[in-house]
Amino acid sequence: MRIQTVNRIATSIIILCAGIMVTIMLTILGYVLFKGIRFVDWHFITTVASTFNVGGGIKDQLWNSFYLLVITMVFTIPLGVAGGVYLAEYAPDNRITAFIRSCVEILASLPSIVVGLFGMLVFVNTFHWGYSILSGAIALTIFNLPVIVRVTEDALRAVPQEIKEASMGLGVGQWYTMKKVLLPAAFPGILTGIILSAGRVFGESAALLFTAGLTSPDLDFTHWSPFSENSPLNIFRSAETLSVHIWAVNSVGIIKDKVAVASGSAALLVIIILLFNLAARGLGALIQKRMTGK
Amino acid sequence: MTLNKEGMTPLPIEQSSTRERLIKKSPSVKGFFKRESELRGKWLIYCGALIIIIATVSLTLFLVWQGLRVFLFDGVNPIHFLFRSDWNPGDAKHPTYGAFPIIFGSFAVTALAAIVATPISIGTALFMTEIAKKWGDKALRPVIEILVGIPSVVYGLIGLTLIVPFIANHSDSIGYGLLPGMIVVGMMILPTITSIAADALHSIPNELKNASYALGATRWQTIAKVILPAALPSLLTAVVLGMARAFGEALAVQMVIGNVTTIPHSLLEPASTLTTIITLHMGNTTTGSPFNHALWALGLVLLTMSYIFILIIRYLSRRRTLS
Repeated sequence: MRIQTVNRIATSIIILCAGIMVTIMLTILGYVLFKGIRFVDWHFITTVASTFNVGGGIKDQLWNSFYLLVITMVFTIPLGVAGGVYLAEYAPDNRITAFIRSCVEILASLPSIVVGLFGMLVFVNTFHWGYSILSGAIALTIFNLPVIVRVTEDALRAVPQEIKEASMGLGVGQWYTMKKVLLPAAFPGILTGIILSAGRVFGESAALLFTAGLTSPDLDFTHWSPFSENSPLNIFRSAETLSVHIWAVNSVGIIKDKVAVASGSAALLVIIILLFNLAARGLGALIQKRMTGK
Repeated sequence: MTLNKEGMTPLPIEQSSTRERLIKKSPSVKGFFKRESELRGKWLIYCGALIIIIATVSLTLFLVWQGLRVFLFDGVNPIHFLFRSDWNPGDAKHPTYGAFPIIFGSFAVTALAAIVATPISIGTALFMTEIAKKWGDKALRPVIEILVGIPSVVYGLIGLTLIVPFIANHSDSIGYGLLPGMIVVGMMILPTITSIAADALHSIPNELKNASYALGATRWQTIAKVILPAALPSLLTAVVLGMARAFGEALAVQMVIGNVTTIPHSLLEPASTLTTIITLHMGNTTTGSPFNHALWALGLVLLTMSYIFILIIRYLSRRRTLS
């Protein structure tokens, strides 16, 4: 065969690959949205899920997803940013630092179900917290920590060295430089990373099966004391999230309209995650613009 | 009016506070509770680092210990567990613990998914970096990001409502099995492999490509003889990362694979993986029972494989830096 012909065939195959990739994305998105969106209405979002009957909604699951996300972020952001700051600025070049880097790498590549099993073993069984929001949030923290650490470290390393040197040159200490100069400069990058990881946490399910549980008590949205059994704010109650609900209605549920519930939930989940992605890009660019004045 | 440190000349108040703000004293225990203490900042940062270590080490130790219980206390032979095919730990009289079909299922799904996803991913990465240099990256990055963002249960749901019925209609099987598992997991690892492969291809120096083109090589010859060999360790890393993700994937596979603990003889037969058996039974076995311990042992196999994938990636990246 002539070399030119081979070249042309190979090029077409490569273009075909890219085409397949785009087709898969469009198919998935189109299928989930078009199949699910007609089940999503105000009734669906504001009705509680039903165990036996047709016509259940996802009110509690939606609330649980957001609440769990907030609690997880309360744990993850300080720890992750501290870890990232350590690796970018404080870490001496020694064995301990290398070990911490390995730990971050290991945590990042462990399957989420392994993190869920650890959460079950330690928080649910050993600490007797049971299936609870707290157990789930700590499992998600372990799952999300390496992402925030890396994002913070990368964002800090991207800050021009001159800014840091200027601050240090004025006699400002390391921590004060970090707090007032480096972290603000790295803020847009860190924020973008945090919102993107929030989307990941929002859709996570395997880590939550055995930590936050497959059920939710009947939430009483007029009762906000965090210590009451049915309070939406109680962190020691079990909490089924939206993504766990999609799995549960298909795998262990017995309701007849599971296709409607699962498709509607999936469409809502994908829309929320796409919004997270858009927000991450938009906010990052906006803050960058405000800060640099460009 | 306050005196400065030397006590020589009085300084205006404003100036001295500027001075205090800017010139930090060396860290001292006394200043720990002050707002701007250097020492307190250092402590906060070190705590963050320490918690990363504690989480990783305790996770590993707890799961290893729990996973070994079935061998230490329930008298199950590890060799039997790994290589025999009689998985029936729920049997009241004669429970048997041969987990080979489950382990085989995990490897089969991982290998098949990698075989499907690798050519498409590397093809797309080549498209982004070599064919459409100007706009390929801009156009396909968002596609990759959307695919990464879609939660695994949604992939599972698509498998369950679209792929499984399709296979059932076009063959004489029930639809559940290795084939839908392979397709679903293959789709899930596409973005992982593509984005790392694209980064790897981007980092190939332009001089190499230009030299090849200057010798009169066609684009394909340049790709096949220069670019791909130069990027090989990084491309392998991308594939191994994808395989690690495939191996640990739980719910999406569980929804489509059929969860039968026998060795499948064709792609259309149902199978099971480590993650699917754990998700199915972990919630409804009694804590402390041999069945429950056997599930933790499956978890230990999963953890061990994850560590092996991490070691392979480390080995590959070391090779990359050496060359």
